[in-house]
Amino acid sequence: MTMIKVDHLAVSYGHGDSLLRVVNDVSFEVAKGETFGLVGESGCGKSTVLGALAGRNRQWTGSIRIDDETIGQKRSISQLAKQQMVFQDPFGSIHPRHTIGRTLLEPLEIHGKDNRQERVEKALKDVGLPLNFRYRFPHQLSGGQRQRVAIARALILEPRILLLDEPTSALDVSIQAEILNLLKDLRDREKLTYILVSHDLGVVAHLCDRVAIMQNGGFVEVATKAQLLADTVAHPYTRVLMDGSRGYVASRRPVGVRAP
Amino acid sequence: MLKPPENILTVQNMSVEFPTLSGVVTAVRNVSFSVGREKVGIIGESGSGKSTVGRAIMRLQPPQAVVKADRLQFEDINLLTVPEEQMLSVRGRRISMILQDPKYSLNPVMTVGEQIAETVILHERVSKKEARQRTLAMLERVNIRDPQRVFDLYPHEVSGGMGQRIMISMMLIASPSLIIADEPTSALDVTVRQQVLSILDDLVTERNLGLIFISHDLNLVRSFCDRVIIMYAGRVVETIAAADLDDAQHPYTRGLLNALPSLDHPRDRLEVLRRDPAWLEN
Repeated sequence: MTMIKVDHLAVSYGHGDSLLRVVNDVSFEVAKGETFGLVGESGCGKSTVLGALAGRNRQWTGSIRIDDETIGQKRSISQLAKQQMVFQDPFGSIHPRHTIGRTLLEPLEIHGKDNRQERVEKALKDVGLPLNFRYRFPHQLSGGQRQRVAIARALILEPRILLLDEPTSALDVSIQAEILNLLKDLRDREKLTYILVSHDLGVVAHLCDRVAIMQNGGFVEVATKAQLLADTVAHPYTRVLMDGSRGYVASRRPVGVRAP
Repeated sequence: MLKPPENILTVQNMSVEFPTLSGVVTAVRNVSFSVGREKVGIIGESGSGKSTVGRAIMRLQPPQAVVKADRLQFEDINLLTVPEEQMLSVRGRRISMILQDPKYSLNPVMTVGEQIAETVILHERVSKKEARQRTLAMLERVNIRDPQRVFDLYPHEVSGGMGQRIMISMMLIASPSLIIADEPTSALDVTVRQQVLSILDDLVTERNLGLIFISHDLNLVRSFCDRVIIMYAGRVVETIAAADLDDAQHPYTRGLLNALPSLDHPRDRLEVLRRDPAWLEN
């Protein structure tokens, strides 16, 4: 079953002379329970695609269908609850002067949900944090714990889709492993659909079933996990990104050109 | 053995302590290593003290910090006792440091050309004209296509990759014998990172320098460096040739390797690092 269907999506910022088209004619489908990756370098438009799906950016054209509903530029509250975002830097995305409990309550208030205390407790339990963490402030948490809070906040509205924008790139390797395992468990348990934006193909290949490689606002290739692991991707740019994830490749050739 | 006989830098039992109101914090504890004409990587997670090691060698730590060591020898200079005035002629000229993000580490109100030329003018007392010539040549050496134009740009006018190449040219123009690169490519995109690293690689090989490459990226250090020092909580837990990293013995190193999602060794679940308090004793 298709969870997300995007056709000819174009997203732009600004008006008039300063109009900047960031995403150009992108189409893809994500099945229910699937994890779809978006990979590319800074400025390629991967976060913008996510922003349009989340309802953060309304300046888009094309068609978006989520859970068999056609989404317009303006969405109802229940449509907005269906997909939630997790941001890159848990230092920046959580209010520094709100307790974790208050941070988690806010989406419940906005969406007028009942049983708030139980929902907060369930969300904390889901992400593996002790219940007394609700009385803490973000600065009393480590980076990994903070990212768990950000995931709990996204989960608390019981969304069908999580939009993950570089969820682990601000974390240490060992913490990244914990968060990636958590995301995998949650996906299987709650039957969630993920869209994962990352610049690290290693992370993407670990979590995703299919990956779109973006460059200059468009897809250059959609590769499956099997293709990535077997190294049978078609586009040279994908290969450049794969080499990058493996580390440094000593070469005298200009970057982007590979020997035949 | 990998280690060449001639050491540029020898560090023996170095500790760096920061006195605070709630007691002394030991950021680096009994660290020993040496660097020859090779690329040495220091790997560690945030807070492991890897950057503090780099700063202590440069004597750039804040004034309240206490650096203790049995030996801290850089070529003919004892870094523990050398007076600050003499240190001025070491820093930038004989040891230089490449920092993480050119956006923050270049002076925003000076053109990049002036900043690079400043190093030569200060250290070698050459004329402005000659400094300019040397700068242009250096910019060309780091594959900047139009050095004349770039010379007069301000840091905000250049891209991240170009900024980092400017930084490299600034650090290499006085021909130092040791370079400390603290996360030099973490702020860069993958393709740009390759370019910057290959420039750095070429220059280090060509000029026969020692390089200390501080990073948190295991794959990067493994593929770029000759030897790897793994730090945990201010201690060196293991020193190993980069090629042998897969055979690392210490459980922390093993844990880090297994926690890494990899294209070549896919696994269903990543191993979560279990920290053993015994690692803190040494």
